[in-house]
Amino acid sequence: MSDKRRPISVMVNAERIERPVLVRQHLVDFLREELDLTGSHLGCEHGVCGACQVMVDGQVVRGCLTLAVQTDGKQVQTIEGLSDSGELAPLQEAFFKHNALQCGFCSSGMLITALNIVRHHPDSTREEIRDHISGNFCRCTGYQAIVDAIESVLVKNRATEILGASL
Amino acid sequence: MKAPAFDYVKPASVDEALGYLKQYGSGAQVLAGGQSLMAVLNLGLAMPEVLVDITGISGLKDIVVHPDSVRIGALVTHATLQASADVAKYLPLLWQSVPHVAHLAIRNVGTLGGSMALADPAAEYPAVALALKAVITLQGPKGQRQVAADDYFRGLYDTARAEDELLVAVTFPKVKNNQVMVFDELTRRRGDYALCGLAAAFDLQGGKISAARLAYLSMGDTPVLARAAAEALGGKAPTEDTIAAAQAALAQDLAPRGDLHGSAKGKLHWAKVLLARSIRQVGKNV
Repeated sequence: MSDKRRPISVMVNAERIERPVLVRQHLVDFLREELDLTGSHLGCEHGVCGACQVMVDGQVVRGCLTLAVQTDGKQVQTIEGLSDSGELAPLQEAFFKHNALQCGFCSSGMLITALNIVRHHPDSTREEIRDHISGNFCRCTGYQAIVDAIESVLVKNRATEILGASL
Repeated sequence: MKAPAFDYVKPASVDEALGYLKQYGSGAQVLAGGQSLMAVLNLGLAMPEVLVDITGISGLKDIVVHPDSVRIGALVTHATLQASADVAKYLPLLWQSVPHVAHLAIRNVGTLGGSMALADPAAEYPAVALALKAVITLQGPKGQRQVAADDYFRGLYDTARAEDELLVAVTFPKVKNNQVMVFDELTRRRGDYALCGLAAAFDLQGGKISAARLAYLSMGDTPVLARAAAEALGGKAPTEDTIAAAQAALAQDLAPRGDLHGSAKGKLHWAKVLLARSIRQVGKNV
């Protein structure tokens, strides 16, 4: 069968992208190869490792298990866009400070899961953090440092919230 | 690896989707959340002619509470089930099973209907549906028909759904006051496919188990109902003696095949372990 294309219109990191895409191309290949957004990494390519994670309409998804054509009409945020927004900065700093990365291959996907924890599960315990990141493989750190880093941001945010309310 | 070439259509209604299923026959593959399908495509294990993306169809994403049952649309995601107060209250067995489904990013996208249509023997919802006597709604060219879970699972990835039908909803009976529901599974790592899993629905009467439905996952080509073990529980209190009797009966129900995950004997042992844990859970509730 010849390769089919379909036109899509998608917001990627707040920029409107309109072009035909190969219908069999998954989102990470589209981001990396068509848009030069190489922060999302392609690891296992069958949904196990989590290195390819991006956000679609604010939800964490596996980029390799999503077709580019399926993002028509949606908002995609990658590690590049989330970094530029500044929202990731405290997590990035904590990862650096706690040695929560070595080779960096898992980091973009891991940071997107971490951001989801900060946004939606700010009261997570260490055990719950472990549960949340259980879908992201890291082959360098042994995870301990990653849990430390995420926990440190949650602890800081909780204190800030209390102090902010009493001031 | 990369997915083979295929065409892609995104119907806006069930009727339009059914038109594509009829037109392409076995060449059509329904795409819902795609969290199993996309992996299969990327691995080159399937070569459909066309993907029929049903995620644009409205009306398949509702959770509707009826007096005695809850009807869940095919496109309801795992994450939506997990967050639903109605599912937690009325369908505790289904609700307990959701956190066992893969990981966060996959639960955000994967659907109940997709899991039921694929009927992976290691999946959670097929076993839950079997334990609860759920009813599957299939829609085809001649309209809708209802299939009981007992009649739905036919073989490995094989169900009662015909090629020209779409799974549109699953209806689960609400939990009753005298029931205890227990879902549990064994995995090597959190979120992995289950080595063995059990969806168990117990009816209690006067401190005794009056009836039970024990549906195992990863123990055969389909979810498997352990009838002899359930029979052994009938009229018994949830004691250690009862557990031993039910465990002994389990060998009549299950004939797991040994594979790289474990031997046949080992798998039967895991099934017994889960059975014991579930009955002890009942003991805490009588």
